[in-house]
Amino acid sequence: MKKEITPEDARIMAELQRSLPMSLRPYKDIADKLGLTEDYVIQKTREYGEKKYYRRFGATLRHQKAGFKANGMGVWSVPDEADRQRLGEALAAYPEVSHAYERPSFEGWPFHLFTMIHGQTEEEVRAVAAKMARDTGIREYDVLFSTREFKKTSMQYFDHWPAAETAEQGEARR
Amino acid sequence: MDETDKKILNLIQTGFPVAARPYAEIGEKTGLSEQEAFGRVKAMFDSGVIRRIGASFDSRGLGWTSTLCAMNTAPERIGEVAAIISEYPGVTHNYQRNHAMNLWFTLIAPDQEAVDRTLAEIEARAKSGKAHNLPMKRKFKIKVDFKFKEEDE
Repeated sequence: MKKEITPEDARIMAELQRSLPMSLRPYKDIADKLGLTEDYVIQKTREYGEKKYYRRFGATLRHQKAGFKANGMGVWSVPDEADRQRLGEALAAYPEVSHAYERPSFEGWPFHLFTMIHGQTEEEVRAVAAKMARDTGIREYDVLFSTREFKKTSMQYFDHWPAAETAEQGEARR
Repeated sequence: MDETDKKILNLIQTGFPVAARPYAEIGEKTGLSEQEAFGRVKAMFDSGVIRRIGASFDSRGLGWTSTLCAMNTAPERIGEVAAIISEYPGVTHNYQRNHAMNLWFTLIAPDQEAVDRTLAEIEARAKSGKAHNLPMKRKFKIKVDFKFKEEDE
């Protein structure tokens, strides 16, 4: 369920998803820009954290990436629904795996489990996947590597259409 | 970067103070004056060590929907189709991958209806077949401290 976010919340959160102004009183600068009080902006910022709207409020550093150069999306066919929990957990247990999910399959796409596998090289990632297949007995699998990056960004939640939509919702409520 | 800078970074990576005078708080915890703490953070920001200080909003926490989508596109049209997909602000990652299912993108939207509407629009504009929606059905692992490179859905 989408949370009740007022147009005012969207304006404040749009500021918080940018970088804070580099000043001794950053929340006052935001408040001045939005025509609000410093106390109110601080109170709302805390409230968004308590409501888990954001995961973290802090500094993001450059070069946070560890030395993983290759990552592949391992996709695994587990036709029997009853096996997926057990095999999903088994695949997730590998330290080279950061994410493991079940997703729907469809005609022409026989895979049910997805794992992101990390390593220094593609060969290393493929070798880990081969070992995972041997260990689990999953026969049909593939590893997809990205060959071209068209877009990679972090979500700008409040600058585009979601903000417009919250504004409309605000209108509708009045 | 000295030990004090590292101490500051550790502190403000986990949580930058949400208080009227955040640098006074940072200073208190690192044995610096407010001015000194601010000076150090500003220097690290100006030099690019700190990319950003702010909130990392969470699609699930906001009650929005995120999903992974895939298309099987003719290789000679992939750049054109990908450009259409990348126009949407809710598309945060968009990659070509080495498979017949060759175009993969993540989509974040306020609700399921917006996801469906966006995918229908992409199909209509791209004229490259179906945009398959592969939402997470079950989650076995998300290793948050793993510094992975892509797919942050």
